[in-house]
This record gives sequence, C-alpha cells and structure tokens, in this order.
Amino acid sequence: MSTADNTAQNAELPSDLVQTFRDMAAHEHHARGASIEALRLVQERFGWISDAHLAQTAQVLGMTPADLDGIATYFNLLFRKPVGKNVIMLCDSVSCWLMGQEQTRDRLCKKLQIKMGETTSDGEFTLLPIVCLGHCDHAPAMLIGKELYGPVRPEDIDAIIDDVRSKNHDHA
Amino acid sequence: MTTPNPEKQPLTALVNREAPLDPAQYEARGGWRGIRRALTMSPDEVIEEVKNSKLRGRGGAGFNTGLKWSFVPKEPAKDRLKYVVANGDEMEPGTFKDRILVEGNPLQLIEGMMITGHAIQADHGIIFLRGEYHLGLERLQKAVIQAREAGWLGKNIQGSGFDFDIHVHPSGGRYICGEETALITALEGRRANPRSKPPFPQVGGLWGAPTVVNNIETFSNVPPILANGNDWYLGLSNCEDGGTKLYGVSGRAKNPGVFELPLGTSLGVILNEYAGGMQDGYKLRAFLPGGASTAFLGAEHENILMDYPSPEKAGSRLGTGLAILLDDRTCPIGMLKNLEHFFAQESCGWCTPCRDGLPWVERLLNVIEDGKGTQEDIDRLHDAARMIGPMGRTFCAHAPGAIAPLSSGLTLFAEDFQRHIRQQRCTFSQGRSAEQAA
Ligand SMILES: Cc1cc2nc3c(=O)[nH]c(=O)nc-3n(C[C@H](O)[C@H](O)[C@H](O)COP(=O)(O)O)c2cc1C
Ligand code: SF4
Ligand code: FES
Repeated sequence: MSTADNTAQNAELPSDLVQTFRDMAAHEHHARGASIEALRLVQERFGWISDAHLAQTAQVLGMTPADLDGIATYFNLLFRKPVGKNVIMLCDSVSCWLMGQEQTRDRLCKKLQIKMGETTSDGEFTLLPIVCLGHCDHAPAMLIGKELYGPVRPEDIDAIIDDVRSKNHDHA
Repeated sequence: MTTPNPEKQPLTALVNREAPLDPAQYEARGGWRGIRRALTMSPDEVIEEVKNSKLRGRGGAGFNTGLKWSFVPKEPAKDRLKYVVANGDEMEPGTFKDRILVEGNPLQLIEGMMITGHAIQADHGIIFLRGEYHLGLERLQKAVIQAREAGWLGKNIQGSGFDFDIHVHPSGGRYICGEETALITALEGRRANPRSKPPFPQVGGLWGAPTVVNNIETFSNVPPILANGNDWYLGLSNCEDGGTKLYGVSGRAKNPGVFELPLGTSLGVILNEYAGGMQDGYKLRAFLPGGASTAFLGAEHENILMDYPSPEKAGSRLGTGLAILLDDRTCPIGMLKNLEHFFAQESCGWCTPCRDGLPWVERLLNVIEDGKGTQEDIDRLHDAARMIGPMGRTFCAHAPGAIAPLSSGLTLFAEDFQRHIRQQRCTFSQGRSAEQAA
C-alpha cells in the first residue's frame, strides 16, 4: 500500500474509538460480534481502513489481523484502500438498468473523467457500482455519501456533481 | 395514496416519511395497544393468535409466522438466551418496501419485535439493517432511544415485569446477508456464509441460542394483529392468508411506487389503478412478480392474484410482492444478463455450482446478446439451469433464486434468443429500448 496519500493510516487509533470498541465488545456474547460495526466506525472516522487501524482493532477485539481482514474484505461497504472525499454509488441492478442506468453511468464517467471503480485525480470522488438501493421507484438511483438521488437522468449529472463539489469547497 | 386508514392499511397508516411519530404521538394514534394486550396473554396464547391470523412471512419464503415461533424451545430467556432478529437487509433488486417502514414508522417494527420477544420469551432484539439505508438507520436508532426513555424498552417495561431491549446493527453490505443463517453468521462477526440446516435458527441460531428471524414487514404486521384480533386481520385480505401486503412495481410504469393493498390484489389492479399503467408507447411484455429471484410470468398473467398460491400455480413465486416490469421495447436477454450479473457477483462462493456456474451463465448471455452466440450456447444455458437450479444442490436458495428468471426466460423469450442467433445481433439497440436507438 502506498504511504504518502494518507497520513492518518499509520496513526494510533484514537482512544475514544478504542474505548467504544471495548464497550461494544462487552455487550456482545463474544467480542468478535462487534467487529463489523467497529470497522464501520474506523471507516467513518478515516474514510477507509488502513493496515495499522485494522491490526489495532483486531487486538482490541482479541482477533488476529488476518481474521479481521477476512471480514473487512468480504463486505462491499468496507474499504481497504483510500477512497475520494465523496463516494458515489450508482445502482446497476435490474430496475435501474430498465430505466436507462447505462446512459446515466456513461455521462457520470465522462463528467468525472474516470471509469467505474476509480477515484478522480483531485481526490474528490470515487465512483462505485452498487446493487439495488431500494429506490427502484426512482430509478436510476444513486447514493453520494449519505444522500440518495433518483431518478438520475444523464442530463441531471452535471448539476448534481457541480453542487456536491461546491458544497465540499464551502466546508473546506 | 388516499387518506391513510388504520382499519384498512395497518402497515402504512401511521407512516410519516417526513418525521416519524415519537412514542407519545404513536400512542395517541393507537400505537402500543398490541404489546399492551400481548402482555395480558401467555406466550403460547400470543403464538396461537399470530398462527391463526394466517400471517405469512413477507421476506420471500412465506412461512406461517406463528408456526415458526412455535418451534422455539419454551424455557424462558432467563435460563437461556434467545434472540429476536429483524431482517432489514433488503438487497433483492426490485424490492423497496422495508425502507418505507423503517424510515416512516420505526416504532411499529419495535413493537412487533417486543410482542415476538414476549411470545418466545426472549429479552434481546437485534435489527439488522443494510448499511446503505442511512436515513433509516438514523431514524431507527433515534426511535430505540426514545422508546427506551419512554419506558417501552429496557427492564420492567411499563411496570409489567417484561424485559426487552433492541440493538441496531448496520450491515457491511452483501446480498447474502439477507439469507437468515448468513445474517446470523454476520451478526457473529464472521464472513456472512450461510449455514447448513439443521439446526434451524429457532433452536440453534445466534451464538447457538434459539433465534427467530423475521422480515421487517412481517414484524410490522404483528402489533395490529394483537391490537385488533384475528377476525379483523383475516378480513383485510382477499384470499385465504391474512392481512394486507406492501405491493409495488418498478420499470416502465407511469407512477412506480409502493401501495398497501389487501393480500390477493391482482397485478393488473396494482399496475393500472395504483401505478398509473404503462408509460405511453410501452406495452407490458412480462414481469418478475416479486423481485429478481422469481421466475418471469408473461403479460397474459397480468390479472394474476398476488397471493401466495396463484403465482406458484403459474410457475413463479410471490417473493417480496414487488413486481419488476419488462416492456416490449427492452431486450429480454439484456435484462437476463443484468440479473445474472447480479447473482454471479453476489454469490458467497461456498458452493461450486453457484460460484462457478453463475459467472458462466453470465458469460453465455453476454455472448448471445453481443450477437456472437450459437445454438449450442443456448443448449448450455438450458444445461446450466437444469444443473444449478434445483433446491438442495447448494447450501442456500441463492442459486435456485438466480436460476428462476433464467429458466423461465429461456422458454418465454425463446423467439428472442433465436433471433439474436439468426441475425447475429441484438435487434433492440445495445440491449436497450428502441427509444435509445435513435
Ligand atoms: C439470497 C437470499 C437473500 C435474502 N434476502 C432477504 C432480505 O433481504 N430480507 C428478508 O427479510 N429476507 C431475505 N431472505 C429470506 C430469509 O432467508 C428468511 O426467509 C426471512 O428473513 C424470514 O422472514 P419471514 O418469515 O418474516 O419472511 C433471503 C433469502 C435468500 C436465500
Ligand atoms: S448457493 Fe451460492 S450464495 Fe448460497 S451458500 Fe452456496 S455459494 Fe453461497
Ligand atoms: S434496482 Fe436500482 S434502486 Fe433498486
């Protein structure tokens, strides 16, 4: 894994997170029952799950890093590599496909100048496919961060992306 | 939807997607009556009541809910842990009903789980929610805290001596987590592979303890059943099984959406009276009655009753009750390719026919849709369907579910398959509707 792109990846887990994991583990029958939620919390704080953070989380939960990595790599929503500031998940399941998802996807790739699975060079956006978002009556559907969009027609893409970009800069 | 009517629409009458009710508002609108009555009854009486209501699971398999609960060993939870688990994975393509319940009225789900807890004498509830439902997660977590503060969760609920609390678990995301044994494995902090049965979860589930897993829509039915009784519940439906159903359609309908209607409403009524009919210029060609893992039915079945037996008689399943429509301008092979891509990608990899067979099916469909297929490729698809599909060859129903649209599609769209091979091209532009050809 490359190093320079994220300074947080080698840092110690913050003590409040460690305490949270201990509390969660104490409420479970076995500490490992807290593992998926713990990994989600690491990711919520740092954007992704680095080797260092994975190893420390495993230690708190009394698991081996390899065991916890087996879980981290199983689930779609856990990232073991850095992602952009905004993760865009575009549904590629059947109801969205029926309603023209491919055209929306092509426009999105063109606007961001990346392919599905890639991150923009400025680190603002990562574009991923996702299975049905349960928004099939608003197909094609898309999630940016926690925000749900739909129907997203090709002609809506520019405005949506520009809007998210300008909000990012307001917060910066 | 017209004015919500709790007498006729017990699932959605109190749904408010702008701001769900808090515990006091919920009570003022008739909430908590179910658990109040349940707590005056013995656990067995509650199970009997739910059994007799003929509530069948709304997660896809349609098993009698009360009967399922009756398989849990009877000792109270104090001696041995037991769990009530709500299945809110909802990743079946084309299914978007449980989202509305968790976003719009989470307290009814909580009340349903409490009643179940009393019925099987469990004091632990877990809500497994798919990780992408951010708003639902926020609302559920808030509802659990509010219910606890108002004395509806925790120790000695409303002075009754009944203890029950709920934990909300957001998933890491995988379709297979919806399969009930895989869901239990995920809750144990493992890779979510299904488990062989027996033991069934009702006897040996989460951490080896008796566990009842029900769908969110199923739990949401329980409070009104207890509050109003069986006769009322049976009277809601147009068929033998009890209650209403969250029905819906997606695809080229004018107003796709979810509608609460009597169980046993016909697809024609759902589509034409509630979803506004097909969009102008499109005709209904076929549909998947209840999500991606159900078999296609042709348009001649438009007036089929969406109950449990009728789709089965026609060769499909009610599934989750939300139909996906194929119109006459979209390539059915393209649609099959999309479906099989999903199933191939989401196989957990435990069983060889599923792990290796589904990507192969996807590849064959790809070749045919590209206009490079031969008759032999179609024969191979028939072979694959025959070998991967039957129940019992794999650990779970993912593989049979994946094959259902394929084998029905091979028959129903035989002419389209032949045309792709004869003309060596897709006659629908790029597998998309003719509209996009322009
Ligand atoms: C691959 C697969 C995915 C499933 N996904 C879900 C799901 O997302 N939600 C659900 O309630 N049931 C799902 N089920 C069905 C569950 O295994 C189980 O039957 C259901 O949760 C039982 O609840 P019910 O009796 O209330 O229907 C799935 C089954 C399979 C085989
Ligand atoms: S049928 Fe498929 S999804 Fe189910 S256990 Fe086997 S490999 Fe996993
Ligand atoms: S198929 Fe895309 S949201 Fe359901």
